[in-house]
Amino acid sequence: MQASISLSAASHSSIVRSDRTVEFISNIKPVNLRFCGLRREALGSYALKRPGSRLVSLLGRRSLTEVSASLSSNGVSSKGFDYDLVIIGAGVGGHGAALHAVEKGMKTAIIEGDVVGGTCVNRGCVPSKALLAVSGRMREFQNEQHLKALGLQVSSAGYDRQGVANHANDLASKIRNNLTNSMKAIGVDILTGVGTVLGPQKVKYGKVGFSDNVITAKNIIIATGSVPFVPKGIEVDGKTVITSDHALKLESVPDWIAIVGSGYIGLEFSDVYTALGSEVTFIEALDQLMPGFDPEIGKLAQRVLINPRKIDYHTGVFASKITPAKDGKPVTIELIDAKTKEPKPTLEVDAALIATGRAPFTKGLGLENINVETQRGFIPVDERMRVIDKNGNLVPHVYCIGDANGKMMLAHAASAQGISVIEQVSGKDHVLNHLSIPAACFTHPEISMVGLTEPQAREKGEQEGFEVSVAKTSFKANTKALAENEGEGLAKMIYRPDTGEILGVHIFGLHAADLIHEASNAIALGTCIQDIKFAVHAHPTLSEVLDELFKSAKVCGVTSPVKEPVAV
Amino acid sequence: MASSLLSRPSPPCNTHTISFSYSLASPLQWPSRHSSFLKFHLRPYQRNPSVQAKIREIFMPALSSTMTEGKIVSWIKSEGDVLSKGESVVVVESDKADMDVETFYDGILAAIVVGEGETAPVGAPIGLLAETEEEIAEAKAKGASSSNTVPSSAPPAPSFPPPSPVSGTVSSSPKKVALPPVSDGPRKIVATPYAKKLAKQHKIDIGSIVGTGPFNRITPADIEAAAGIAPNSSTSNAGSVNVASPAPSPKTAAPAPPPSIPGSTVVPFTTMQAAVSKNMFDSLSVPTFRVGYPVMTGALDALYEKVKPKGVTMTALLAKAAAMALAQHPVVNASCKDGKNFTYNSSINIAVAVAINGGLITPVLQDADKLDLYLLSQRWKELVDKARAKQLQPNEYNSGTFTLSNLGMFGVDRFDAILPPGQGAIMAVGASKPTVVADGDGFFSVKSKMLVNVTADHRIVYGADLAAFLQTFAKIVENPESLTL
Repeated sequence: MQASISLSAASHSSIVRSDRTVEFISNIKPVNLRFCGLRREALGSYALKRPGSRLVSLLGRRSLTEVSASLSSNGVSSKGFDYDLVIIGAGVGGHGAALHAVEKGMKTAIIEGDVVGGTCVNRGCVPSKALLAVSGRMREFQNEQHLKALGLQVSSAGYDRQGVANHANDLASKIRNNLTNSMKAIGVDILTGVGTVLGPQKVKYGKVGFSDNVITAKNIIIATGSVPFVPKGIEVDGKTVITSDHALKLESVPDWIAIVGSGYIGLEFSDVYTALGSEVTFIEALDQLMPGFDPEIGKLAQRVLINPRKIDYHTGVFASKITPAKDGKPVTIELIDAKTKEPKPTLEVDAALIATGRAPFTKGLGLENINVETQRGFIPVDERMRVIDKNGNLVPHVYCIGDANGKMMLAHAASAQGISVIEQVSGKDHVLNHLSIPAACFTHPEISMVGLTEPQAREKGEQEGFEVSVAKTSFKANTKALAENEGEGLAKMIYRPDTGEILGVHIFGLHAADLIHEASNAIALGTCIQDIKFAVHAHPTLSEVLDELFKSAKVCGVTSPVKEPVAV
Repeated sequence: MASSLLSRPSPPCNTHTISFSYSLASPLQWPSRHSSFLKFHLRPYQRNPSVQAKIREIFMPALSSTMTEGKIVSWIKSEGDVLSKGESVVVVESDKADMDVETFYDGILAAIVVGEGETAPVGAPIGLLAETEEEIAEAKAKGASSSNTVPSSAPPAPSFPPPSPVSGTVSSSPKKVALPPVSDGPRKIVATPYAKKLAKQHKIDIGSIVGTGPFNRITPADIEAAAGIAPNSSTSNAGSVNVASPAPSPKTAAPAPPPSIPGSTVVPFTTMQAAVSKNMFDSLSVPTFRVGYPVMTGALDALYEKVKPKGVTMTALLAKAAAMALAQHPVVNASCKDGKNFTYNSSINIAVAVAINGGLITPVLQDADKLDLYLLSQRWKELVDKARAKQLQPNEYNSGTFTLSNLGMFGVDRFDAILPPGQGAIMAVGASKPTVVADGDGFFSVKSKMLVNVTADHRIVYGADLAAFLQTFAKIVENPESLTL
């Protein structure tokens, strides 16, 4: 609950009374003063129509008697609706949408059935970064050669598992509170319960065992995210056969853990576990590890992140059956060949982490009420995130963002999609360019990418008849990287030599995840290489790796039109 | 032709002496724009010593100090393509990275001996470069015959010694003689990922090991036990080989060994001795010369008596004096890596030869000119302790830029040292002995005199350079106050 007192000038305040609530509303925009939520009982929301069609809503708060005055700029809803916007799901996507909606003057509510922050904050990106921060330091302390080269002496590095786990947990709750407060501060109504769509502009929500509340909204955004995907045949017990949800709690560090799936999640956990002393066996259904990465980057990453570590792998195999450890027996993993389905030798390990991807969480959303059918669980949307029904028609006023639509299952992509939707509903057409959304894998060193991989770009070039060129730079030539004694790394840019358009950038090396944004911004803003190569980078910084990359590209086409004003 | 490629004349026989060494140690030297480029060294194909060779072999370069074989990722050029100096020809994958390799010479790519996806040991021919079109056919015939003998990993016709085992502890490790394990039915072997890696590294048959881990699985400790390695928490094997030279270079065909005398025993070299042997052999490729100089040590001896209680050793004094002299004569601290350039070293690192338990190693006092005498002495003590415990790290024995060897304590009055490959000069120090000397006025006196003898690489260090250096050195030793500053 926000405790700040507003100093905004209100030309008039109206008091609305129901039997339980008092709410002050000022009609000054954009700065509104609102005192909200004076009530005892938990749950429930009340909406009253006032003369003049101003709608007042009551917030469901579980807190005991509280009076709060918030410096609020959450708008007032438009005609006939409780809210301008209701978002189902308070993950990173919903949060991004809510903040932008309030900025656009919309009266906004967000429904959350679990905890604010969603997967990213509670069971994903955030706690895993805490574990990876630990693993990165452990790696540094354990690398005697590296320390020696720097002239450092560290006796022996050790860790306290519970301490590490606490750090991850503390970080998650800190970020969760930040997220919650940032929404409360601007007056977003946070409604607790499972949200269900009743119709194009109607949503009900409520906790199990309590009566539901129905609210209306001009627009609805579905942002319910995803849960770990567990293929059939695998029995997850949460102790020895686990998903990322359990692994992030770090309740144990097994001697030997099999990781099923070698994508981002699997790779990051292999970094954590090997740094903490585990041995790792990867099980990958495709023929090579790290599918989805640019092949050259994947190959380099394998040389650095897999081969020298205590990791082995089985590729081209499915884990058809995984049985948790019990009765004094280890975890058993039955493997079959991915192509021929022939059985392969069974593995016996201490634990198995299932990192085979994530499945959309769209059950119980009431999609049948708006005639929408999921495809493999995902909600079909067009490029503007508008939900498409069974018949291929757009469902008016209903949007879906984030993992639930499956376009790009990344927290920041969800947020960007949410902002794009808000732009549209506030009257400005906007289509998000997904090729400008960066992705990162926070291993040591990190991997990051934006846009197309080289094979994808070459295929596109062939289809559309343009040439594709590749430029590369090494971290070995970068002063800052060498100062850190971390010269291992590669940056690679795929571009059109005729126009100077950047098609994709892939980085493997120190702080790659932080470095990618210069490239992703260039792609998002349509900046060409011939322009960005004149941008100046501070020396000595890692960003010079990209500077070198841009400068090494050979653009042969005409340079962009004259930028300086020319007298005519 | 040969002389332009090699820094010494090739022996007129069909053996191929190559000197090539790639130093990848200094990443700053890498071209920054493109990921990485390395140049070939090519060697002439000498069928007949009287005819100048026009067909050159392109051979597998050593892209890193640990690389023993390389895989051809792709040939950028195809057979028949005209190559010009500096062009990338082939992409080679080493244990560390993929690298574009470019040619030093103009010519025509006559034959590809090792195809894409195949592997060849470092130094093996992977392609042939002809100078003119007429020679293509000849080269192709040559290529065809040698490609027959190069199935992916087998060494090519002019055979090179097989890559030496990575770790010295391997070859001597007592391997279990594989008694077929008593079993009823096929025994299931479960080994952890790291155990498998170790087994491969140490060439242990994992089937012969009985696992002691949970569920009878084979653990890394089981493999280490089988390989005879003391379980060590830090099992990096980087420090176990004390070879100072950066890349393996093939040796010339050894002459037929002399008939052995009955009753002799043959003791194989230890790893350290093998490294010494190899380094000494490699030193033959450097044209060296020697300059001797008498140095009066009365003042130095007096100083030594004064600083001895503070832990200063004669080694530290001499190293410091040599380093200070080198600072004034950088060319003596330089090295000649390729026969074409002076490589001026930015630091003065004094390697000091140490006899140790049947071996010889050269711990390095880094930045000896910058450290003060007391720190230097302390550092020296640490190095000696480490050398005794066999815990020297590679950079602590192979980063020397100048070597000091002192046999004075044995009463040796003068001797002559062999210049280790990669350095420009080595100083041999004899004993300091009371000697009758006559001064300019004809007065006799008895003074302590020590003879020093410097061996240097004459490609870069000339007589006058060495004389001037020795003069400076003598001046410092004879007025040693500056050593304590």
